[in-house]
Amino acid sequence: MIVLASLTILLPFAAAFAGMLLGPWASRRLGARPLPAASAGAPGSPGGPRTPDAQPPPGTPEETPVEVSAEAPTTPLPVARPETAPVPGGGPRSAELGRQVAGDMALRGLRHNGPALIACLPMAVSTVLALIVAVVVWREPGVRTGVLTSIPTGTIDIAVGLRVDGLAALVGLMVCCVALAVQVYSVAYMAKDPRYSSYTAFISLFTAAMLLVVYAGDLLVLYVGWEVMGVCSYFLIGHHWEERANSRAAVKAFLMTRIGDVGFLIGIFVLGIGAGTFSIGGVLARIPEMPQATVTAAALLLLAGVAGKSAQFPLHTWLPDAMAGPTPISALIHAATMVAAGVYVVARLYPVFLSSSAALTVLGAMAVVSMLGSALAALAQNDLKRVLAYSTISQLAYMAAGLAVGAQSAAIFHLVTHGAFKALLFLAAGSVIFVAGSNLLGHYGGLRRAMPVTFWSMTAGYAALVGLPPVSGFFSKDSIIEGARHAAAHGGMLSEQPQARGFAAYEPVGPGEPAAAFAHLPAGMAWLIYIALLVTVGVTAAYAMRAWLMTFFGEPRTTFEAREAPTLMTWPVAALAVPTALLGFFGLGAEELRPHLVSVGLSLLWAAAGVAVVYVLWNRDPALDPADRLGPLRKVLDRAFYVDEVYAALVVRPVQALAHMVAAADRRGIDAAVVSTAGWSRLAGGTLRRLQTGNAQTYLTALLAGVLLLVLGVVVLL
Amino acid sequence: MILLVTLAVPLAGALLLLLPGARFLPGDAAVRRYGVAVSGVTLLLALVTAAVFDHGEPHRMQQGVDWAWAPAIDLRFHLGVDGVSLPLVVLTALLTFLCFVHMVRHPPSGGPARLLTALVLVLEVGMLGTFLALDLLLFFVFFEVVLIPMYVVIALWGGAGRRAAAYKFILYTLLGSGVLLVGLLLVAVNAGTLDMVALAERHGGGLSRGVQITAFVLIGLGLAVKVPMWPLHTWLPDAHTEAPTVGSVLLAGVLLKMGTYGFVRIALPVAPEGAQVWAPWLGLLAVIGIVYGALACLAQRDLKRLIAYSSVGHMGFVLLGIATLTPVGVNAALFGNIAHGLITGLLFFLAGAVKERYGTGDLAALGGGMLTSAPRLAAFLTFASVASLGLPGLAGFWGEMLALLGAYRPDGGLPRETFVTFMAVGALGAVLTAAYFLRLLARVTHGPVAEDRRDAVLPAPTSSEYAAWVPLVILTLLVGLWPKLLLDLTTAPVRTLLGGG
Repeated sequence: MIVLASLTILLPFAAAFAGMLLGPWASRRLGARPLPAASAGAPGSPGGPRTPDAQPPPGTPEETPVEVSAEAPTTPLPVARPETAPVPGGGPRSAELGRQVAGDMALRGLRHNGPALIACLPMAVSTVLALIVAVVVWREPGVRTGVLTSIPTGTIDIAVGLRVDGLAALVGLMVCCVALAVQVYSVAYMAKDPRYSSYTAFISLFTAAMLLVVYAGDLLVLYVGWEVMGVCSYFLIGHHWEERANSRAAVKAFLMTRIGDVGFLIGIFVLGIGAGTFSIGGVLARIPEMPQATVTAAALLLLAGVAGKSAQFPLHTWLPDAMAGPTPISALIHAATMVAAGVYVVARLYPVFLSSSAALTVLGAMAVVSMLGSALAALAQNDLKRVLAYSTISQLAYMAAGLAVGAQSAAIFHLVTHGAFKALLFLAAGSVIFVAGSNLLGHYGGLRRAMPVTFWSMTAGYAALVGLPPVSGFFSKDSIIEGARHAAAHGGMLSEQPQARGFAAYEPVGPGEPAAAFAHLPAGMAWLIYIALLVTVGVTAAYAMRAWLMTFFGEPRTTFEAREAPTLMTWPVAALAVPTALLGFFGLGAEELRPHLVSVGLSLLWAAAGVAVVYVLWNRDPALDPADRLGPLRKVLDRAFYVDEVYAALVVRPVQALAHMVAAADRRGIDAAVVSTAGWSRLAGGTLRRLQTGNAQTYLTALLAGVLLLVLGVVVLL
Repeated sequence: MILLVTLAVPLAGALLLLLPGARFLPGDAAVRRYGVAVSGVTLLLALVTAAVFDHGEPHRMQQGVDWAWAPAIDLRFHLGVDGVSLPLVVLTALLTFLCFVHMVRHPPSGGPARLLTALVLVLEVGMLGTFLALDLLLFFVFFEVVLIPMYVVIALWGGAGRRAAAYKFILYTLLGSGVLLVGLLLVAVNAGTLDMVALAERHGGGLSRGVQITAFVLIGLGLAVKVPMWPLHTWLPDAHTEAPTVGSVLLAGVLLKMGTYGFVRIALPVAPEGAQVWAPWLGLLAVIGIVYGALACLAQRDLKRLIAYSSVGHMGFVLLGIATLTPVGVNAALFGNIAHGLITGLLFFLAGAVKERYGTGDLAALGGGMLTSAPRLAAFLTFASVASLGLPGLAGFWGEMLALLGAYRPDGGLPRETFVTFMAVGALGAVLTAAYFLRLLARVTHGPVAEDRRDAVLPAPTSSEYAAWVPLVILTLLVGLWPKLLLDLTTAPVRTLLGGG
């Protein structure tokens, strides 16, 4: 069992290394031929023109553990199409001509595509293994742990081990499925990218890191996976590093999450030292014995990391910029998996948070601000990917809110359904971008007929996002809203004990843990969360409707050849539409996940209002953007309330100024002081030298004077 | 006995080069191959030492050599290796070997190859001896042996400002050594022995509190110059920037470690009461070093200078670990030593390669787009930077993380609140570290290639460059993924040194 789980992690990990070192070599061995004409730089084609740097490399490819790419970037810098140039955002940056051809040829060339095979096959095996793990846990619930070895540190040992329970098995399976879909999709989407080999290897590495977070049995092992995910995200956001904007977005994403991670690491220390162990099981078991202050401090510190990774206010601003990465990356990392890791960790360590009112309140406040603020921001974005990014922040806040009101299984349920439908939305958006050659909503229109698969899949995705019955999002969102309603109605008493059954089964808090030990959420906060959840449903419906209408209806606003995306891209999208549509019914198996009449009624009312308003506005003139009606508010929402500007003024510029001060001070201050001592000693040396006249009489006189002084001194002191 | 041979081989190798060049090894190429061979044999011997080392008892001094040297002052030629020194010995031998390998194809210009080879071999003797010596005076002798060759290497083979940098280096460190010697003698006179093992076993017994406090501050100051600890660091940016690649690699990779090793081997066990008194101050200066180094890096314009200042920050983490006086903190320091040696060694090799190809280390003049114009070099640079910013899974992480963990719960006699503050500030320093490395990568490797460099042909890495880089990359990965490798070695002896049993 644990062996299977570790294999699930190790396969993509090995694939990452193999892909980086052997990708192009494997293509050569598989007999890939340089694709004709336009695709000279296609992955795995060994004959691409090499840059001067890569004159016949002296070593074999195995010898070069190259971080970014084992093959030399070949084609001259790809130039984005003129009309898309200013758009921050990913997309296949290959020349327009022949892109479709390359996409379709990717399927036929798959057999010879070394990097793709190295990435996809292990991922497929991993998915099967994760499925087996999930089925075993489902049939025989319980916690399984295994420790490979323990590393001495001088204080508390680090146990290198895994811990698989219902929660981990479920999320692990979701991660594998989405990762597999993204890998397959990328084969076509990135077919012409000269750095496909490193790209796909980083996806593999990312998947391994995420699975490590999911299955980790030790907090520090979890932290390792947590940070490796971050760096993969950095590399993949900056995949098209030729453009400075992408590079900046990557740095911003890494640094903002790292600020949160400082808190996260210290939170781990507090928990680990407090409990005397870093193992998750050990920590959870000791929570009741730990002082309240320790638990609260740990929970609040952990929340900093959660806010960073899950892009919650106030550390959320990196996520919209992260859309600079290629779209499949946005689907995998910045929608379905990594950003959900924060929420996952809260669920994993839920007893810690349940024991602290302060932590729950902060979590709730964070969720309310993120949820409503980013939904409003999504309303005004021009870039389809940024709409989805703000939507992701908002949906993650739903999960956080669910956790804040004690609806743990509902939150995890939403995490899984969101993973499916948001990955679907991003991949489908990628298809749209692929075909239309632009990220901007204002460039689309009328794609409904030309892209039927994409249209219907995306429709299911938007329906799930809004929470319309009977697709998955309806069930998961309503169970969260019901949890909040329950908490609000009962004056902040948390609705249910985490005794979920069914596939979200989770180990109860601890043997013999009295329910009274649970903290309360202040009643006001519970009401606030409840209201915010409902209002956000309305706003969500509005922005989803706007994006849907502007993409698929009306007339095309720019000229492009409208056709369906290549097969390798439509398959994963269609495949994801299945869980998007059906996953919700699994929730019917568990009491706490069934829809409740009041919540359903209220949220459908809000959703209908949101949809109706946008439809009416749009219907007046389908060529215009409904968001234009926002007036002066539009600018504020488009800039997401100017949080970026505030941070630049309050943090970035002061740090830069300080850095320059330090650099200057080091030269003028400290070093100058040191150098000036040289001058002083030379001066002293010169003075002393004058004394050394070579005159014996002078020496003798000085000697006598010295002796006299000594004698005097001795007499006086004695 | 093997330790003696390990020291004798590079020494004999250097002495043989005194033979007239016409008869022995005529030609620079032959001398360079000779250097590779001698340092290769030394590396083999170091590896054999590691192989025959009894890993079941890493806290015991092994392979001891103990001869009377100057009985009049009870000076003994006493060598030995335990879990604390073994990794450093292997690291020293490895880095020296890689330097020679690198020089085969990339000899620095400035003086005869014969002299350079001899100097680096003498340097190796001093470095290895420092980590092997178990007698206070012997330690000091080896500690000093290092200075002169390094001074000459910087002064002859260095960059434009080499003379001033070399003077500053030697005056600074000699001053430190003077203070160190006084401290060592103070201990020796009061304790009546020079034997480091015996002194460590006493844990300060026989030394009055006042003597311990004075001895710790004297020894500490002497070592702190070498580390270097803020504000005694200003020799380092100049020395690193001006030194040739091999000089920078050995300076950063090994010489700095002699300071922190001295703290762990001598200052902490010999004067524990002094350590208790001074630890908060040491911690304070360490944390200032972390933040100060990172901030200075953010504003640097020169690649080598940036890496030099990054050393100030990284050694700050090492010192913070030592200042906690806990096994985990000292473990962190020893781990950080090795990690910094591997990663910063690699970084300086790469900086040298960049300077060789672009003719400058100025970040603005380098422009951007190295991933386009020199993809492999840029890929290695990316790897090294990411390792240096402390990514988990690579070597740099464990030292920093454990140092912070140690600071969260320092030794019982130390003020906890103070150290928790240090921890928080140090952790924020880690964010700044990430910031300047990512800024470096963004400026140099990303973006379009500068207009004036579009047509420049940059040579691919040569085989000897790969040979120097790849082992460091592999070890960085290995130690990062399997930290048990080092921690198993150091944990037991650290407990012994700290008196924890």
